Amino acid sequence: MEKVKPLLSDGTLWIPGSYSSFSSNYDSLFYFIFWLSVIFTIAIVGVTLYFSFKYKRSESNLVAKKQIVHNNKLEIIWTAIPFVIVMFIFYWGFKDYLYMTVSPENAYEVRVTGKKWFWTYEYPETGVKTVGELVVPVGRPIKLVMSSTDVLHSFYIPNLRVKRDVVPNKYSNLWFDVTQEGIYQIFCTEYCGDQHSNMDSKLIVKSYEDFLDWMEEQKRGASKDVPLDLLGKKLYKEQGCNSCHSLDGSVVVGPSWKGIYGAQRLLADGSEVKVDDNYLRESIVYPAKKIVKGYPNIMASYAGLLSDREINGIIEYIKTLK
Amino acid sequence: MTTVSNYINAKKGILSWIFTIDHKRIGIMYLGFVLLAFFLGGMFALLLRLELITPNELILTARQYNQVFTLHGAIMVFLFIIPSIPATFGNFFLPIQLGTIDVAFPKLNLASLWIYVLGAIFCFYSILSGSVDTGWTFYTPYSSTAGGSIIPMVTGVFILGFSSILTGINFIVTVHKMRAPGLTWFKLPLFVWTLYATAIIQVLATPVLAITLLLLVLEKTMGLGIFDSALGGDPVLFQHFFWFYSHPAVYIMILPAMGVISEVVATFCKKELFGYRIMAYSSLAIAIIAFLVWGHHLFVSGQSPFITMLFSLLTFLVGIPSGIKVFNWIATMYAGTINMKTPFLYFLSFIFLFTVGGFTGVVLGTLSLDIHLHDTYFVVAHFHYVMMGGTVMAFLAGLHYWWPKMFGKMYNEVAAIVAFVFIFIGFNVTFFSQFILGANGMPRRYYNYIDEFQLLHFTSTVGSWLLAVGFFISLAYFISSLRSGKKASENPWESSALEWKTASPPVTQNFSTIPKRIDSGPYDYDKA
Ligand code: HEC
Ligand SMILES: [Cu+2]
Repeated sequence: MEKVKPLLSDGTLWIPGSYSSFSSNYDSLFYFIFWLSVIFTIAIVGVTLYFSFKYKRSESNLVAKKQIVHNNKLEIIWTAIPFVIVMFIFYWGFKDYLYMTVSPENAYEVRVTGKKWFWTYEYPETGVKTVGELVVPVGRPIKLVMSSTDVLHSFYIPNLRVKRDVVPNKYSNLWFDVTQEGIYQIFCTEYCGDQHSNMDSKLIVKSYEDFLDWMEEQKRGASKDVPLDLLGKKLYKEQGCNSCHSLDGSVVVGPSWKGIYGAQRLLADGSEVKVDDNYLRESIVYPAKKIVKGYPNIMASYAGLLSDREINGIIEYIKTLK
Repeated sequence: MTTVSNYINAKKGILSWIFTIDHKRIGIMYLGFVLLAFFLGGMFALLLRLELITPNELILTARQYNQVFTLHGAIMVFLFIIPSIPATFGNFFLPIQLGTIDVAFPKLNLASLWIYVLGAIFCFYSILSGSVDTGWTFYTPYSSTAGGSIIPMVTGVFILGFSSILTGINFIVTVHKMRAPGLTWFKLPLFVWTLYATAIIQVLATPVLAITLLLLVLEKTMGLGIFDSALGGDPVLFQHFFWFYSHPAVYIMILPAMGVISEVVATFCKKELFGYRIMAYSSLAIAIIAFLVWGHHLFVSGQSPFITMLFSLLTFLVGIPSGIKVFNWIATMYAGTINMKTPFLYFLSFIFLFTVGGFTGVVLGTLSLDIHLHDTYFVVAHFHYVMMGGTVMAFLAGLHYWWPKMFGKMYNEVAAIVAFVFIFIGFNVTFFSQFILGANGMPRRYYNYIDEFQLLHFTSTVGSWLLAVGFFISLAYFISSLRSGKKASENPWESSALEWKTASPPVTQNFSTIPKRIDSGPYDYDKA
């Protein structure tokens, strides 16, 4: 399997590798301002230091030579030049921004849902759903229609120079056209709680043919042939259970799954229950009904999100975690 | 031995401080509290940087990390940087620079101080009773739903707002009504102009924050659906309200800093300020335009492209007066006689750091670039260059400049220069690396990060240690100055400003005889 594109070591020092139809615009404008700033900063610091040495107080320089409070010419110049430069930059930035904001008519649509702390993707044309991995074809405009089911998130792909807040009860859009196949890093950039920094995801860009193949495979429901516990293992990652449940006994946000099957559970209301199939199923579908003592009631319900077979898969998988 | 009476030894006992209505004593107490807040906020910052030295868990859990960055931000913004210059140097020097004996409402001034303390107590209660992990911006709906002790924290900030408003009103009235006869508007030091402009923002903007936080509390306690979409509210509305205050607040932080810098450059060059009137007017211009740019914090939030375009345009426009100020300060140095003392070193570092902060601000104001850089370390570095490189450097310039006047003692110049070198280098090591991180896509408020960012995070952490060393050296020589510093003369820097024409430290009445009429300006170096 290919590796995720690195950010720092790819591209230039100030910019990660550039892989979308507008990233090169971004890069030119960035470096334009960058070099302009470097030149101006050197000039400002240079003059400041020069004055500092030239007019240093000394026996021969105890009184300021001149008191100047005005120089119309100078003042007009140093107001007008920055003004013109800044307006030019503003216009350039706005022009590119418009291009980035208005998605082309023929864009391929994918729905994105942000949820503490994972991303799910749904392809409306085929009904295929994925978690944690957004698969798209190369060289075609892709439009994401995004919303959140809880707090604010923000969808960010550094290599493509795109970012957009994802808001509950609202759709926000974002589009891009990737120029090269590969795997790209996706981050959440709006603070969303404990696992904010682990709410990452991957953008997998395939050739159009490979993309169609992949889609076919998904449609066939690859899950039907997999044994239950393996299906559970897959869902553990794909459904984002791993952002709250560990497999090694450590507490992330929720209780670890290690060795819980068959154990006795102390609940928040003081009662006890044995961890069996029914308890597990209920904990997944109606997590708020029985809260494990010492943990917050924050797990969202998966009712309707997981099929019966998938729930069985997770239960079988938990049984294997001795 | 007889000591001359001054404002410090005029009355004895702790009660004489707690109930004082002397603006100088109030300023000194503010200085104490503000420095304490800076110390705490700084400790939290060191903790954050230490945690970030590795990509994974080191000393804090994710929840603790989130609480610590929230506290670092909230303390630094609300308890330190907003009151820093106006409440300390402003209180101490405004009446003196106006040639009068106190602010217009001395008791209100005392009330502001204790309201500030009350607000601070609420914030600390919040820390002890479960803390907050929302970030200092309290964005909804996270803050409407998150646990922890949010209501006490928000109440604390609400109360602090009143302290700020009352100080603002007091200063506005003081500048209008208390100027010595003859001291016309254009004979006022620029520090007074910037305090005045700041006060206007404080009075007009802070109520919006107060209302916003009140609505948040109502939502949390009574389920009023304003911001939380689960209750039918609009989470982005909160951001508009919040930044309607908090962007002008950036100018509450930086304008007084510009005032201090103006005083320092004039004194240490013995020069009349270049472009005095433009500087005065541009302070007011900045104060007004500052109200119209809040939307540049929302470029990726989904606000309409048209509004976004306007906000970007206005953001560029507000940058120009700041740029002009930098040019004016440098022009002031021309043909001067520059006294390379610690305050002037801080002036120089201010010029450089503020310039970098300004140019990176241009990058962020550019619409297409902000999309990539928003909510990354680039933004974090940018505002630290402006807030710390700008305001804190100016605060330090002011502290070293006015220290002899406030306490009547000199500090050790060599130690001060050593501390300056640590602070300047430490600052750049800490925050310049964050520009590179952010430009390459490192999101802010991340507890873990991808491995390839480690070297830069490591560098940044080392920088934070250098900074800490610098600040501890400063603490040491200031304490030693208080205990055994050389006595300061009335005017150690040979300034022509009014506050240097009275004893160090000043008498309770500020001047042995209150000036009947003042006809000279603060920068009349040609008449010297
Ligand atoms: C937002 C974090 C979070 C996510 C994501 C999450 N859970 Fe949970 N889960 C919790 C917490 C917290 C508890 C303990 C409190 C409770 O009982 O609700 C818990 C409890 C459970 C329990 C009961 C465990 C026990 O030890 O008694 C099961 C089973 C469970 N979760 C399954 C899942 C599955 C399956 C998924 C993924 C489809 C998942 N959880 C995703 C937070 C989460
Ligand atoms: Cu998020």
